[in-house]
Amino acid sequence: MKRHLISAADLSRDDALLVLDTAEEMARVADRPIKKLPTLRGRTVVNLFFEDSTRTRISFEAAAKRLSADVINFSAKGSSVSKGESLKDTALTLEAMGADAVVIRHGSSGAPHRLATSGWINGSVVNAGDGTHEHPTQALLDAFTMRRHLSGVGRDLEGRRITIVGDILHSRVARSNVLLLNTLGAHVTLVAPPTLLPIGVEQWPCEVSYDLDAVLARTDALMMLRVQSERMNAAFFPTEREYTRRYGLDGLRMAVLPEHAIVMHPGPMNRGMEITAEVADSPRCTVVEQVANGVSTRMAVLYLLLGGSEPAIATTSATAVPVATAPANGATTAARTEESK
Amino acid sequence: MSKILIRGAKVLGGEPQDVLIDGETIAAIGTGLSGGEGGPGADGDAPATVIDAEGRMVLLPGLVDLHTHLREPGREDSETVLTGTRAAAVGGYTAVHAMANTFPVADTAGVVEQVWRLGKESGYCDVQPVGAVTVGLEGKQLAELGAMADSAAQVRVFSDDGKCVDDAVIMRRALEYVKAFDGVVAQHAQEPRLTEGAQMNEGTVSGELGLTGWPAVAEESIIARDILLAAHVGSRVHICHLSTAGSVELVRWAKSKGWDVTAEVTPHHLLLTDELVRTYNPVYKVNPPLRTEADVLALREALADGTIDCVATDHAPHPHEDKDCEWAAAAMGMVGLETALSVVQHTMVDTGLLDWAGVADRMSARPAVIGRLAGHGRPLAAGEPANLVLLDPAYRGVVNPAGFASRSRNTPYEGRELPGRVFATFLRGQATVMDGKLT
Ligand SMILES: [Zn+2]
Repeated sequence: MKRHLISAADLSRDDALLVLDTAEEMARVADRPIKKLPTLRGRTVVNLFFEDSTRTRISFEAAAKRLSADVINFSAKGSSVSKGESLKDTALTLEAMGADAVVIRHGSSGAPHRLATSGWINGSVVNAGDGTHEHPTQALLDAFTMRRHLSGVGRDLEGRRITIVGDILHSRVARSNVLLLNTLGAHVTLVAPPTLLPIGVEQWPCEVSYDLDAVLARTDALMMLRVQSERMNAAFFPTEREYTRRYGLDGLRMAVLPEHAIVMHPGPMNRGMEITAEVADSPRCTVVEQVANGVSTRMAVLYLLLGGSEPAIATTSATAVPVATAPANGATTAARTEESK
Repeated sequence: MSKILIRGAKVLGGEPQDVLIDGETIAAIGTGLSGGEGGPGADGDAPATVIDAEGRMVLLPGLVDLHTHLREPGREDSETVLTGTRAAAVGGYTAVHAMANTFPVADTAGVVEQVWRLGKESGYCDVQPVGAVTVGLEGKQLAELGAMADSAAQVRVFSDDGKCVDDAVIMRRALEYVKAFDGVVAQHAQEPRLTEGAQMNEGTVSGELGLTGWPAVAEESIIARDILLAAHVGSRVHICHLSTAGSVELVRWAKSKGWDVTAEVTPHHLLLTDELVRTYNPVYKVNPPLRTEADVLALREALADGTIDCVATDHAPHPHEDKDCEWAAAAMGMVGLETALSVVQHTMVDTGLLDWAGVADRMSARPAVIGRLAGHGRPLAAGEPANLVLLDPAYRGVVNPAGFASRSRNTPYEGRELPGRVFATFLRGQATVMDGKLT
């Protein structure tokens, strides 16, 4: 793996599978009475959030704490950042505190890339969502969820048909998912009104449709993106009602999906807009499961970026679960090999 | 003032000749000049200075920039008239047009005369102020264009550059009004609604990077409108920093109609593309944005065939902190005076698209005509003012902003090898640069 996780494109197929397999190990820890691993004891993880996102922040916070890392939450609100301190000065402050990893959420696309490449800090940078660019850990947790339902642990997503519906233009979730799912062999179809698709989308490794009904029957996982009703004011669509009619998921449309298909949503949901309550509360909807998988996946990312040579799961405990797909040592060897590329 | 003899210079890139400068003018051009031609100099027959161009260096008329941001008054932290004109001299320029988006805006006779006077005091190159089209660049009310034209600065180029004159009626009136004093409106073509929050060229790369797109049509729609307006009222319009293949087509069409439409292209739009934005390094953030490879090739071709009249730097200095940040927070613009000639050599001359006489035309003669600037962009002949640049096209060097004369360092070429070097610049016979260094 590379030293930073900025884009889903940073992950090779082997990297991605390593993260997903490691996340499976981490998920098993969550089932134990003591959910903590000593792996990152003495390491410092900073959650640097320039944008409000409680759910993503607490997910990373839980992940880091379960690995015994020291966690510093640095939120822009009410801090020097909101008083005009630059990203650079904030970074230098974190560097002085000895941050081993900086998890950054920023409203401007490319800010994590800038943080990782400007020489301001030495630690690993994890992109927790930047502007309308990417959100790679979201894509990883989505792939983790899909794998569990559609292909099985240890496998990729070869041939699986994933449909992503909604505001693709402004969605970092969509960008990261298209890249990662393509790496894992899935066929991705984006569905949106033409106004909410970026110029140049025809060159992305996916298909594009303006017609949701036309693709439902050949979908294994349907991902509904949050659509902000403010987009209406910029004339991206005429009314909320019309959006819902053409691109919303209700019970009737869900019934057209193949029986095994799942419905996903990165949250927070806009009930009544892109998804009806009936769908959101149905057993086919994985939204709560995605939240739990988020912690395991982020544990895996932090472990692989920071863990170095120690195995993920302490072997001193007699009850430690052996790794199902590859020994922990094997996993770390793979990580080092990638690092040296 | 004493005489200067340049031996073996390729005049406009032709066969090596000797050029004798006497005082403020070119005294003679020929072979085997001794320095005694044209009568004795102030201190006798022999020239005080002899420069050996080694049959290799190229002599061109001093360059003229139609589009320079000198930042003074108001943003002296990024550039002053003095540092900006020093940078211009190093780049081979003998005249620059200072853009009006200063603080205060150059929208009155008082401000343009102040800038003009500062230029005189600097002594490194002539500074021709550009006047704002509208008060405060607000696009609402015409500035006192006549007062600026009649002032000591004798303004002929008017521009709200940095902002587009987007109101069609205001633009129409400005185009009509400047006819009274042979002025020209230089339009920064950017439809504001189509570029709200825009960060880079809209295309494949912007889609991938998640940066708000700046569509080519936002530039082209304004150019199309202004061409038609200028034709309708019988005035002349100049298009600033044209950046797309579509804009080239529009200007080509206007010229085929015989309308008085002129256009400029920046050096960076002749070389760089939006692929560089993948680095998210704000040094590549500029207005208009870097476009695609296809646009770059269309711009080069248009400059070669004369559709685009001239190269203008859009030299836009910014302090370090305005670029040492995330992309969205960064200022737009690049410095360009000290690298323009090298970039033009690299993209136009070394590619065979333009010869040195063509460079003299696009970087000196035509911009001087568009700006109605007397004494610059003149032919190289006896009796003409000695505004000259002597350059060494064989030189190869790596761009090092630490050595810039400009107060700012925001160059997109740092670490890049570019050909050519200005060896000497002469402003009315006075060397402002000698052996690549300011005098
Ligand atoms: Zn401009």
